[in-house]
Amino acid sequence: MLRILNNLKELFKYRILVQNLVSRELKARYRGTVLGYFWSLFNPLLLMIVYTVVFGFIIRPRDPAFEGSPWLYALFLFCGVLPWQVWFASSSLESANVLLVQGNLIKKILFPVEILPIVVVTSNFIHFLLGLPILFVFVPILGKGYTPYLLFLPVVILVQYVFTLGFAFLVSSLTVHFRDIKDILANLLTFWFFASPIIYPMTFSTIQEHKWLNIFLNLNPMTHIMQGYQNCIFFGELIRWKRLGVTFLVSLLLLYIGYSVFDRLRDSFPEEV
Amino acid sequence: MAVIEVDNVTRIYQKYSAQHRFKTFKSAIVKGDFFKSLKPDEIVTALQNVSFKVGEGTTFGVIGENGSGKSTLLKVITGITKPTSGQVAVRGKVSALIELGAGFHPEISGRENVYINGIMLGLSKKEIARKFDDIVRFAQLEEFIDAPVKTYSSGMYMRLGFSIAINVNPDILLIDEVLAVGDASFVPKCLDRIDDFRRRKKTILFVSHDLATVERICDRVLWLKEGKAQIISEPKRAIDAYLQDIAKKQKEDFESKQHEVEQRMEEEWDEERREARWGKREIEIRRVSLKSPEGQEKYVFSPEEGMLIEMDVRSSARIKDFVFGIGIFNSQGIRCYGTNTHSEDFEPRFIQGEGKVTCLIEKLSLINGTYYLDAAVHKKNGYPYDYHRNLYSFMISSSHRDVGIARPQHSWSFSPGIEIKPPLSRKARG
Repeated sequence: MLRILNNLKELFKYRILVQNLVSRELKARYRGTVLGYFWSLFNPLLLMIVYTVVFGFIIRPRDPAFEGSPWLYALFLFCGVLPWQVWFASSSLESANVLLVQGNLIKKILFPVEILPIVVVTSNFIHFLLGLPILFVFVPILGKGYTPYLLFLPVVILVQYVFTLGFAFLVSSLTVHFRDIKDILANLLTFWFFASPIIYPMTFSTIQEHKWLNIFLNLNPMTHIMQGYQNCIFFGELIRWKRLGVTFLVSLLLLYIGYSVFDRLRDSFPEEV
Repeated sequence: MAVIEVDNVTRIYQKYSAQHRFKTFKSAIVKGDFFKSLKPDEIVTALQNVSFKVGEGTTFGVIGENGSGKSTLLKVITGITKPTSGQVAVRGKVSALIELGAGFHPEISGRENVYINGIMLGLSKKEIARKFDDIVRFAQLEEFIDAPVKTYSSGMYMRLGFSIAINVNPDILLIDEVLAVGDASFVPKCLDRIDDFRRRKKTILFVSHDLATVERICDRVLWLKEGKAQIISEPKRAIDAYLQDIAKKQKEDFESKQHEVEQRMEEEWDEERREARWGKREIEIRRVSLKSPEGQEKYVFSPEEGMLIEMDVRSSARIKDFVFGIGIFNSQGIRCYGTNTHSEDFEPRFIQGEGKVTCLIEKLSLINGTYYLDAAVHKKNGYPYDYHRNLYSFMISSSHRDVGIARPQHSWSFSPGIEIKPPLSRKARG
């Protein structure tokens, strides 16, 4: 524990480096492309359109929350797909690679390596932030209003940040030793996407009727994070404090475990990457 | 005061096979004994019980063959890797020129890379802003600094990397082989900067294969061999010991090759080596050996050394017309020297039975390389009794860097109007 605190202190000294690396990451990603940062939103937008067409228009949303409207369903989708796809999934996939890709840096320069997953999570977080205004623009267009509950959005974002970072530490350090994780992760994320209430609301009657399905979905921390976004933006109601609170504690635990594993494996990075 | 103290450091690398990793992964999932089961399949000892101290303001050189542990040593000192056992203490800010431009991002401009690289090496943003012009000027990249780094040539890339690292203004500078890639105009500039560092009493750890530079700039030198410190001494002794070791190794290589040739000659010279040996052998050269003037058989010589060529000869009949000759060829087939007893006006009387012919070369005066030897006995008119063409070889090995075919003995002198620093050489050159 003491060691972790010391590391944190050390890390604080490098905050300017994190800041610079994040901005470098953002600049480098869009340099040389015509449409710039819209590419990072292209994938979630495409996903949203496909799901809207399939579930909104063809199958038709049955949940009363959507009042039978495909447009409301599209907005609901947007609330979940944006933080999931742009932030969580990209961060996880990138951090699985980051130590291997930046191997040269790890081998040649002395700096706290944990900066690398932090940079990954943070730069994807900024992508997510850049996507938020678009989401907000769509709120009235697709038939909803702004509510004061939007003010709770930062709380949800904080929980997701902690959770994503913990997961990134775990994935990035383990991939160095077990390269298979990269491939496992891509599949896991697909499964995880459907195991979180992103394309369906938790209030869906089928879920409510099946006790075990309900419990299973509630054990998934991302369920509560996604619901947080939907509460603030779509439903316009108060976030579920207790559930989100527990999720926050779980996220902190994941961060602790993730960082401990990372710290433990740290010495092996220069020779393994 | 010692600013770098390396105390009994051992560094072991562990290698894990993919199969083992899979088993580990499985058992990690099934049994949960993740850390215990992470055992290596192969162990490589990169450094073994290495100890030394580097005093403040001195320049310390590390030499050794590839894979002798030099880079690992630097990594241990910078803290990039931790020693498996032993202690490393470093006092002061370290800048590591282990690889120039490590961490440059190709897509963004040189300017932005300077900032990020500088921060990584421990500078603050303000410090970089202050030194920015110096960095760019030293790297001679004024025109290109706003272009993406991917458009740089490898030389520009390296110059920028060196310029950043040297402008970090560290207390201790670690240099690993970086000058090997510089062009003719940049390397002297780098060396100048390094000299400047030494004048300002900063500590330098210099890892290089360039023994002449090591000898010139280092105060003490460590020779690493297979991860072990062989010698720590003033440069001359360490470099000599290192060169001797290399020569020994070359000699062993050479001897095994030589042995092969001899065997082949005995077994199948009739078939294969016809062109390499001819004549009816009325007088036979039964054996040729190369020796030092003291009579010790050897194959690797220095240009300053002498050589003894010994031929065991035998003549069954009493023969009155005979000439002994030798020739030295370099690896391009150029005859560096050739002579025989006839052209030096020896007058043969007779030869019968066994005998020995010895030719002493007092000083070889050749440049580095592999040489082949002809040995022959023939009539004055050229009719060969026994001619050995390029059957014997030897090697010249030294730290000289001169070129050509031979190395005439020479020396330099300058009139008082010309100021020039003589080499701090261990042997006067020439």
